[in-house]
Amino acid sequence: MDSPLLRVRNLSVTYPGDDGDFRAVRNVSFTVGRERLGIVGESGSGKSTTGRAIMGLARPPARVHADELLLGEIDLRQQSERQLRRLRGKRMAMVLQDPKYSLDPVMRVGDQIAETHRTHLGSSKAEARAAALEMLQAVHIRDPERVYGMYPHQVSGGMGQRIMIAAMLIAGPELLIADEPTSALDVTVQTQVLSIMDELVRERGMGLILISHNLHLVSSFCDRVLVMYAGQIVEICDAGSLADAQHPYTRGLLAALPELGRKRGELPQLQRDPAWMDDIAAPLETRSRKVGA
Amino acid sequence: MSAATSGAGHTVGGVARRIVAPLRRLGALLFSVALTFLGLTGVTFAIGRFMPIDPVIAIVGDKASQETYDRVYRELGLDQPVLVQYGTYLGKIARGDFGNSVMTARPVLEDLVRVFPATIELAFLALVIGVVLGIPFGVIAATNRGRWPDQIVRFMSLVGYSMPVFWLGLVGLLLFYAKLGWVEGPGRLDVAFDDIVAPVTGMLTIDALMAGEGDVFANALGHLVLPASILGFLSLAYIARMTRSFMLAQLEQEYILAALAKGLSPWRIIWVHALGNVWVQLVTVIALTFGSLLEGAVLTETVFAWPGLGLYMKNSLFAADLNAVLGGTLLIGAIYILLNMLSDLVYAMVDPRAREPN
Amino acid sequence: MQMRAWLLDPAPASRRQAQLGGWFRAWLAFRRNTLGMIGLGIVLLLIGVAAFAPLIVDPASALTQVLADRLQPSSWAHPFGTDELGRDILARVVFGARITLTIVVLVSLIVVPIGLAIGLPAGYFGGWIDAALMRFTDIFLAFPRLVLALAFAAALGPGIENAVIAIALTAWPPYARLARAETLTRRRSEFIQAAELQGASHLRIIATQIVPLCLPSVIIRLTLDMAGIILTAAGLGFLGLGAQPPSPEWGAMVSTGREVLLDQWWVATIPGLAIFVTSLGFNLLGDGLRDVSSGRG
Repeated sequence: MDSPLLRVRNLSVTYPGDDGDFRAVRNVSFTVGRERLGIVGESGSGKSTTGRAIMGLARPPARVHADELLLGEIDLRQQSERQLRRLRGKRMAMVLQDPKYSLDPVMRVGDQIAETHRTHLGSSKAEARAAALEMLQAVHIRDPERVYGMYPHQVSGGMGQRIMIAAMLIAGPELLIADEPTSALDVTVQTQVLSIMDELVRERGMGLILISHNLHLVSSFCDRVLVMYAGQIVEICDAGSLADAQHPYTRGLLAALPELGRKRGELPQLQRDPAWMDDIAAPLETRSRKVGA
Repeated sequence: MSAATSGAGHTVGGVARRIVAPLRRLGALLFSVALTFLGLTGVTFAIGRFMPIDPVIAIVGDKASQETYDRVYRELGLDQPVLVQYGTYLGKIARGDFGNSVMTARPVLEDLVRVFPATIELAFLALVIGVVLGIPFGVIAATNRGRWPDQIVRFMSLVGYSMPVFWLGLVGLLLFYAKLGWVEGPGRLDVAFDDIVAPVTGMLTIDALMAGEGDVFANALGHLVLPASILGFLSLAYIARMTRSFMLAQLEQEYILAALAKGLSPWRIIWVHALGNVWVQLVTVIALTFGSLLEGAVLTETVFAWPGLGLYMKNSLFAADLNAVLGGTLLIGAIYILLNMLSDLVYAMVDPRAREPN
Repeated sequence: MQMRAWLLDPAPASRRQAQLGGWFRAWLAFRRNTLGMIGLGIVLLLIGVAAFAPLIVDPASALTQVLADRLQPSSWAHPFGTDELGRDILARVVFGARITLTIVVLVSLIVVPIGLAIGLPAGYFGGWIDAALMRFTDIFLAFPRLVLALAFAAALGPGIENAVIAIALTAWPPYARLARAETLTRRRSEFIQAAELQGASHLRIIATQIVPLCLPSVIIRLTLDMAGIILTAAGLGFLGLGAQPPSPEWGAMVSTGREVLLDQWWVATIPGLAIFVTSLGFNLLGDGLRDVSSGRG
């Protein structure tokens, strides 16, 4: 295995509150190579916060702490805001949930793609426009010239998300964090958007972190899966060997998935154990090595 | 530019929707404008009827014979039912007949046309000051929420909201004209410069520029700058405050996070993306501000002896010149309504969502 | 301290305790708002000055003309100097507080009932009643306020009562809108439906269920409007359409001081400052109240 694109060790995100601190993410450790890593968890499990913390965009007044946070050779903890800005979009990027809200409603979608190019590559207007048109083609948009001049409210959800992907990938980042990229979309276009994203990530040899609440989607799409609960990673394993998952929460999730071709009665309800909230003593990363590649 | 979504073809229904929907909205807008204007005339008409001064005596004097009184009473249509009188009133207004001014013995409309440019000149410069300073102040306050720039802007806005404009005008005159001599005094022009420039637009600074009279321009501007700044401060307070709260709402949006994730500079995110969305809302605020500036002009013009609509109305008030007062009220009210309509239209132009509804 | 614990009891024993506790918590939040507290101080000061005016200054000096003492600058006898008729400006400003407060109270007493009377049925019944009432409101909202007040004041004749009526006639539309909006959000609530099922009349439901819920936002709006009312009243006074001489109304005082502005600046400046400080006080208070009610500390 070549050197990882991203290396996270003991990442914690804490929100100060009136009645004590709230620890949204607790001592999370993992690495991402040129692969597709899924992070699964229910809402509030800290999966989105983890993604944002890596980008350096944790919602204020969050306090982010990590023993190690490396993007390639770059120590993200040591970067100034200005340096981070040069990395965002250029080395790492993030696709958000709903293109209806993540695209600026009063700017032409093409310009929203082109501006990433201009920002990071210092290109001229015409160059950025050409690159954006090319990128629109890359996300399988048939009539790029026409779509370039459209406003976000004029495009469908699936097309909006492809535009978002184009805007995020145009400057050639090596890591893409996709935070619930399909959950706001119509079921019929979810697969299409995912496969376009997959195609680009593979072609460019990128790493992808796919954040989702949907275990089924993640396990079928990703190489490795990382399960979070209450801010901690409770399970890291290969997507193929999910059946061997050890943590009761993961097993509970799996049991709750309906399967085709197998007749069964009522799906069991997930029983939560308060003990899962306790801090996990040993970091999970070592275990993932054993299970993983 | 085409407005079809992906998949949706250029069907007949689509075309009809694109043409008919805006027309219908325009129709609804015009209808509501007409209705509001009707209400406006209703109110001015009612005020005219309320007036404790007998309009007949105002014309014939209190020493006239009963016969003359009755004749004028009928001539004025006062023996007709109220609704008929209102109809007559509407008909006159539609023909631009606001009656004659007792004070100037000229048609009110003529007077209004003569004095209005001075007010426009004043209110327009004030609005420019308010917009040019108010928007950046509001943006800076919002992006520094809770910190000292925000506190300063918030406090400054409250001061602007609390300021009696006529008093601020007096203090300004005392300080900048009498003590420091930085600006010219009351009025629009020094006597020495009177009648050099022929009125074209009625706005002295513009007329002077067009005539190439630099001295006149400088003098007119010297007179204009203090009242305009004082009115401008009031509009600045309002615009800054509204910009701040619109901006705060925009900065919470997801597209801001997306822009950050793209690595855009804070400058671009704030001034292009967030402000681009705020503009859409600010259009209405700016239109309303202009309306309230016309209002503030009544007091400011009184203080600065500025011969505009406000001073005209104030003088008419004391001459019990009801036609003139109601004419001025109607004019300002009509501008208010038109500004509201205009802001709706501009809104539709600025916001792509309103321009091409989906 | 015991009182405090009782007020902050998370499990209040009675409805009254819960209500008082709610108010107390709001007060604790408000107390942290420095500008709001300053505003409250100014408003309380205004009320105090108005209430105890005769104890603070000699009532006679506000009205008695001493021509020998005209246009005196500040001195021990006349801290704010004297006006063009030799009257003590401090005394006039102090008594002017009574006029300002009277105007504000009278306008509120007219505006709130009118606003509620139009807004509540509009929101409660909906349909054409709503459409008609709101169209009516919009017409008044479309007017520039001061100009309309001017026209009314001109028609009614100058004087403080007519100024109050003129201001009230132009100030009610926002309250109608507010009351309508508040009613709309509550109209479908279950407690309203419960009252309906019990056979309560519309009037009873509006009066006992909806009005109390509308009042907090109406009061905040009123506090924020106070400054506007004071400024409009002062503006009418300045133009000579409000309180008439010799009454010590602040706007009218500024107007008379204007004649001697360049030589005796204090005659116009002091009452103007009183107008400014008073409306600033109401604005600060209203702003603070709004912050607390919308939950941003």
